[in-house]
Amino acid sequence: MSELRGLYTLWLREVKRYLRDRVRIVSSFFQPLLWLVIFGVGIGASLRGAIPIPGLTYQQLIFPGIIGQTLLFTSMFMGISVIWDKEFGFMKEILVAPISRVSIFLGKMIGDSTDALIQGIIVIVLGLALGINIDPMTFLVSLPIMLLITFGLVSIGLTIASFMGSLESFGAIQSFINLPLFFLSGALFQIQSLPSWMQDISKANPLTYGVDALRNVILGAAWQPFQVQPLFVDIAIVGAFDVAMIIIGTWAFSRMK
Amino acid sequence: MANVIETFKLTKSFNGLTAVDKLDISVETGEIFALLGPNGAGKTTTISMLCTILKPTSGTAKINGFDIVKEPMQVRKSIGIVFQDPSIDDRLTARENLYMHANLYGVPASEQKNRIDSILKLVELEDRADDLMRTYSGGMRRRLELARGLIHYPKVLFLDEPTVGLDPQTRDHVWKYIRELKKAHDITVVLTTHYMDEADKLSDRIAIMDYGKIIALGTSDKLKETLEGDVIIIKANNAEGVMSLLTEKMGLPGAHVVNGTVEVTVKNGKSMLPRIVEAATQNDIFIESISLREPNLEDVFLHYTGRTIRADSGREPHGIAAIQRRKIR
Repeated sequence: MSELRGLYTLWLREVKRYLRDRVRIVSSFFQPLLWLVIFGVGIGASLRGAIPIPGLTYQQLIFPGIIGQTLLFTSMFMGISVIWDKEFGFMKEILVAPISRVSIFLGKMIGDSTDALIQGIIVIVLGLALGINIDPMTFLVSLPIMLLITFGLVSIGLTIASFMGSLESFGAIQSFINLPLFFLSGALFQIQSLPSWMQDISKANPLTYGVDALRNVILGAAWQPFQVQPLFVDIAIVGAFDVAMIIIGTWAFSRMK
Repeated sequence: MANVIETFKLTKSFNGLTAVDKLDISVETGEIFALLGPNGAGKTTTISMLCTILKPTSGTAKINGFDIVKEPMQVRKSIGIVFQDPSIDDRLTARENLYMHANLYGVPASEQKNRIDSILKLVELEDRADDLMRTYSGGMRRRLELARGLIHYPKVLFLDEPTVGLDPQTRDHVWKYIRELKKAHDITVVLTTHYMDEADKLSDRIAIMDYGKIIALGTSDKLKETLEGDVIIIKANNAEGVMSLLTEKMGLPGAHVVNGTVEVTVKNGKSMLPRIVEAATQNDIFIESISLREPNLEDVFLHYTGRTIRADSGREPHGIAAIQRRKIR
C-alpha cells in the first residue's frame, strides 16, 4: 500500500512538472508540424502519387510514423529528468525514502510515459487540424497502444540516464539511438520495399512494430495488405519489449547510489 | 532505550582509502550530537552509512533498534535527513514538496495537512508555502528542508553541514529552528559540521573526528577542560622570534602561528603573561599586543591533531569527501 502511494507520488510529480513547462508543450507542436506539412507535402508532391498504397497520400502514410517518432524522441528525452534530479540533488531525497527501487522506477517511468502520451495526443490533434481523418473510436484505441510504445522507450532513456553523469553525455548517446531507431522503424516509408538487409534490421527494431500497430489502427483497411504483422502480434512484440526494458531499468535503478 | 544510535566498528573504505575507521559511538536519545572535523574527515561518510545510503565495508550500526545493514527500510522510516547539498524539487511549491515527502514516507493521508501546516508555521514559511521553490532564497530552502525532514516524525534527524554556505544571520536563524524543532518534536539530532561555533553553541555532545576516527568526545566544556589552561595570543613584530622564544627558551610546547599572531596554551595564563613580556623584551622582540582567553574547540582540535581545523575548511571538498560526494550523486 505505501509502495503504491510512493509510486503514485512520483508519477504525479513527473506529470506536474511536465504540465508546468508551457514552453515545452507549445514547442512540441512545432517539430511534428514540420514533418507532416513540409516533409509530408514535399515528398508526397515529388512522388506524384507514386505511393504503392492505393487510397493513401504520403502525408497519411507517415502520419502514424510521426506519432511514433514523437513518442520515441519524447520518451528518450525523459531520461533527462534523472540527470536533472541527480544534478540538483533531488534524487537523494527519493533514494533514501523507505520505498523500493522498483516503485521508484515504475513511478518515474509511468509518469514520463504519461507525459510522452500527451505529446502523442498533441500530434493526433495536429493531424485532425491538417484534415487527416481520425474517428473517435480510432483515437480511443490508439491511446493504450501509444502508452504501450512509450513504456519500453522511456525505460531505455531512464536506464541510460541512470548511468550518465552529465547532460552532455546523455545528449550525445541519445542521438546515437534516436535517429537509427526512427529511420529504421519505417515511419517514413513502408519496409516491404526495402532491400532485404535493411528489412532485416528494421524487423529487429521494436519501434517498427509500434509504428505498424498505429498504422493498423489509424489507416485501417488501406494498410492491411502492407502490414508488417497483424495488430495483435505487433502488440505482443511491443509488450514483450516493454517487459524486458522495465526489468533492465529496475535493475539499473537498484544499483544507483 | 538510552541509546538511539550505536555503531559497532563501523568502517568504510573507498578503493583502499579508509574513510571511516572502526567507529564505535553511541548517541543518547534526545541529545544533539555533533560530529566535528575538517572536510574529508569522514563525517559525511559516517552519516551516509547511518542513513543506509552507503553500505559499510565492515561493522554495522543500530538506529532505533534496527540494523542499518539488515533492516534498511526500518532504519529509513526512523530517520529524517537534511543533506549537505540541496535536495528539493525547485519546480514544485514548498507545500507540494512536503506532501510528496509525506507520501513517500507513508504518513497517513488524514494527518498530512495538519502536520504540514504546523511545521510550515514553525519554520515561518506559511506565507510562501504555495510559491515555487525556485523563488526561495538559500536560507528559506534550508528551512524547508529542515521541516521536510520532520514530516514523518522521525526518531533521529541527521543534518549534514546544516549551515554551510549561509550568511551569519541566516545561520543564527537556522540554529534557532533546529533547537525549536528538536524541542517541539522531542527527537535526537545528529549533525556534522566543520564550524567550531556551530558545534559549540548547538550541541550537547561533540565528537571530534579526523582521518576517519573519533579523537575526542564529550561536552564542549569537558573537551575544553582537557586542555587545562588558557590561551595566550601574542602579536609581535617577529612571529618566528616569539615562537623560538616560547618553545626553546621558555619550554612551552604547542605554540603555533595563526594569521601572523602566535598562540600558546599554558596552565596558568595570568602569571605566565608578564613573564612572556619580560622574556620578549630581553630578547629584543617588540610585542604589539598580548591577550588571554579561554580555550575554544579550535584549540582542542589543535591539541589532539597538531593542526588547525581552519587550514582545511572553506575549500572545495577534496580527497575522500570528493570521491564520495560524486558517488552519492
